Amino acid sequence: MPSTAAFQIPGEDLAAQIEAISPDSVTASGDTEVWMVPGRLPEVMAGLKTAGFEMLIGVTGVDYVGYFEVVYHLLSLSQNRRAVIKVRCGEGRVDPAVPSIMEIWRGAELQEREVYDLMGIRFEGRDEMKRIFLWEGFEGHPHRKDFL
Amino acid sequence: MPLTTQPITINVGPQHPSTHGVFRMRVTFDGEEVIDVEPIFGYLHRGSEKLAESRTYTQVVTLTDRLDYVASMTNNMSYILSVEQLAGIEPTPRGVWLRMIAAELQRIASHLVATGFFLQDLGALGTPLIFTMREREQILELFERLCGARITNSYMRPGGVFMDAPDDFWPALDRFLSDMPHHVDEYEGLISGNEIVAARCDGVAVVDSQTLIDASVTGPMLRASGVDWDLRHRQPYEYYNRVKFNRPLATASDNYARYMVRIHEIRESLGIIRQCIEQIEPGPVRPETVPALIRPPVGDSYVGTECPKGELGFYLVSDGGVAPYRCKVRAPSFINLTLLREMLIGDKLADMFVTFGSIDINMGEVDR
Amino acid sequence: MPDPFDSILYRYVYCTLSSTGDAECAGHGLFGGGLLPGGLEWLAFPLTAAIIVAALINGILGGVLMMIWGERRLLGRFQGRTGPNRWGPFGLLTPIADAVKTMFKEDVVPTVSDRLVFTLAPIMMLAPALLIYAVLPIGAGTWLADINVALLLIIAVGGANVLAILAASLGSGNRYAMFSAMRAVAMLISYEIPLVISLIGVLMLSGSLSLVAIVDAQTIPFFIVQPLGFFVFLVASMAELNRTPFDVAEAESEIVAGYMTDYSSMKFGLFFLSEFAATIATSGVITAVFLGGWHGFDPIPSQFWFVAKMVAVLTVIVWIRASWPRLRIDQIMNFAWKALFELTLINLVVSGLLVLAWPSPSTAELWYMAGINWVVFLVSIYIFGRVLGPKHDSVRAGNIQSGVVLSDSDAPAIPAGGGD
Repeated sequence: MPSTAAFQIPGEDLAAQIEAISPDSVTASGDTEVWMVPGRLPEVMAGLKTAGFEMLIGVTGVDYVGYFEVVYHLLSLSQNRRAVIKVRCGEGRVDPAVPSIMEIWRGAELQEREVYDLMGIRFEGRDEMKRIFLWEGFEGHPHRKDFL
Repeated sequence: MPLTTQPITINVGPQHPSTHGVFRMRVTFDGEEVIDVEPIFGYLHRGSEKLAESRTYTQVVTLTDRLDYVASMTNNMSYILSVEQLAGIEPTPRGVWLRMIAAELQRIASHLVATGFFLQDLGALGTPLIFTMREREQILELFERLCGARITNSYMRPGGVFMDAPDDFWPALDRFLSDMPHHVDEYEGLISGNEIVAARCDGVAVVDSQTLIDASVTGPMLRASGVDWDLRHRQPYEYYNRVKFNRPLATASDNYARYMVRIHEIRESLGIIRQCIEQIEPGPVRPETVPALIRPPVGDSYVGTECPKGELGFYLVSDGGVAPYRCKVRAPSFINLTLLREMLIGDKLADMFVTFGSIDINMGEVDR
Repeated sequence: MPDPFDSILYRYVYCTLSSTGDAECAGHGLFGGGLLPGGLEWLAFPLTAAIIVAALINGILGGVLMMIWGERRLLGRFQGRTGPNRWGPFGLLTPIADAVKTMFKEDVVPTVSDRLVFTLAPIMMLAPALLIYAVLPIGAGTWLADINVALLLIIAVGGANVLAILAASLGSGNRYAMFSAMRAVAMLISYEIPLVISLIGVLMLSGSLSLVAIVDAQTIPFFIVQPLGFFVFLVASMAELNRTPFDVAEAESEIVAGYMTDYSSMKFGLFFLSEFAATIATSGVITAVFLGGWHGFDPIPSQFWFVAKMVAVLTVIVWIRASWPRLRIDQIMNFAWKALFELTLINLVVSGLLVLAWPSPSTAELWYMAGINWVVFLVSIYIFGRVLGPKHDSVRAGNIQSGVVLSDSDAPAIPAGGGD
């Protein structure tokens, strides 16, 4: 069976690419993923989009109890590669927020709202930040680990 | 006295014949023309992703059935591929072939539902819908032979499938494969050349490919705009690199093109199933070594698969335990709705539902 | 004014009741005639009227029930399924069960509705549909009234149902219903014109507005002599009836049930009834005006011929309903004003010239007219199809053949355009 991991851009390559766009923005890199500082997100994403990652496949929020992580899956149709970029935020579970990339990818509109609704991570810099699946006034964010 | 008009706001759904489930839109009209749309989600939100965190990796398969409930097999497959990548399980060849046959049958069934309801939205009184449902019924009966369930199959397991196809499945599949091309011709005769369908769909809700890519839209909608992007071909998973198939593309990117792409994909899927039958070999359907409780190493995985509605992928995070730490569904139905507002504004009331039908969403997957 | 005794119905019932021994009654009354005792002869006329009207209305109800059953069975056949077959032989009692169920449902009146208008609307809808039957000749001598302005009455009364739709929409205060009302009114205005003009050709041939006279004038059915008129009348009637592909006023997939959205119970039942009654009435008018009415051959009675032709028209209507999707409202308007209107004008001019040539046509002359009219019909339909057709060729060329590219599985993928 062919391994789909072959289409994943290795972490070091991606880190180098990101460093070229915005120096000192990468904090760590793994086999397939890259961790970077949240503040540089719009700049880096815009650069990656120009570099061929045309599509934002997914925005995911993960609750690691001590902190939150937002995972961006990118896809390049022309180069047939995938990239994973991770951003840590909300250390100590206090007001997690990352910059919005809706200006760069229209596709982030609904996905950022979903992450906000279910994980409680705010996306700064976009006008509309309201719940999507749950009703306004719902208390808590269900996908957090402390929500039972 | 000057005559003035004022816009009128209508609440469409969640109870409406054409919202394909419990979707709701707050639509503002100027006469018959749509001037604003606000989609409202969440009426079928069941917290599937949260539920997955308290179930073992095998138990989550049943949850994936209920996401896009007209395409359970492809949901199963996408989830299983992600688990296999996470846990490093190598499936058996027969299991993979069976999964591909099931997934392609499911693709046909899903496209049949999409086509039938698309015509229903156009105002055809059930005839195309009942025609397509008739063939979908055959597929569901095949599934019943295969795994005992018709809709919520839960057929696949990490490493393969949970049981081999019974002997009477293969003749039934052959019968279906020999009948189906005639039925597709029948739909084409009834729908494709119809002047009213052409008049209603041609040039309606055109979106250019750049906008679609920018909005993360995948699947038949993207291919109808001329972008040759089919994950089965570009990033082959399972044994899709061992089968040959064409990828139907249209350039018009209107409702008619989206319908045509789906009809042609049905034909291609039939070809894929035939090749699978030729290449399938006897053997175990899943390896003996897969434990009952899978404990993948700490890490995460994401495998994008081409499901009937677009790219479906499960982002799984493992903390080394028996249940996924986080299970995120990249739901194509949900993300394809990003452009809904742009596509509807400026169209007539009647075209609104046709466009909505041509996107082909499933509320189970949108709201999860 | 034609003699009421021309109507077999009237003659039989009247002569059975009356004992005055009118000259027209000789040998016609049942049971020897004169059932009314002496001194009550004056009741003969009102009683006759009451009996005939009761029979007719119940006949219409029966016809509607049969049509509901027939339509559902036919649709079932078209869709490759059985249709209703559980209740009674061949499911014949299904519509009765439906009717009983409908009657016993709760009658909901929305609080925002205008109660009076809301209640009146179903009645307003049913009355015109029933009125048409008054002038419909169901067989040789079998009619209620042979008035000399029958066609005028049918057109006038047939247009009245839009008032009911408007009343229902405004009365129920529903926004979906309002869309329905706008569409219905727009459609009425557009389609009434070709509907009326398409009949003028027939009027010139028959020289009378009376349906009986028109049927009598049809030595060959007028749909052969007036193909263009027949086509336009059929299409325009479908639009007037809100039948597919012109059912925008109650487009289920768009505006739920249009003006009927808020109606339930018997009020909904009346809408349903009047819709089917109007469909049957219109097919009757088409039969009488274009298909030769009750003319057939002996020994089969004329009433049977009329009903058989009506059923044929209804079958075509159901057939269209089973196979076609719905047009959009602007396309319907375009069709009415750009195609049907001009076609009727062509028909009017050609028919006028032909009647000028043969002022009172014999059967042979009618055949000459038919030949010329068919040439005009085919040529004009072809030209209009080419000019106004829905981008017929471009769709086939652009989308089906070259648009859907079956990219070869071995060919390199088309690069999907870079970023910004």
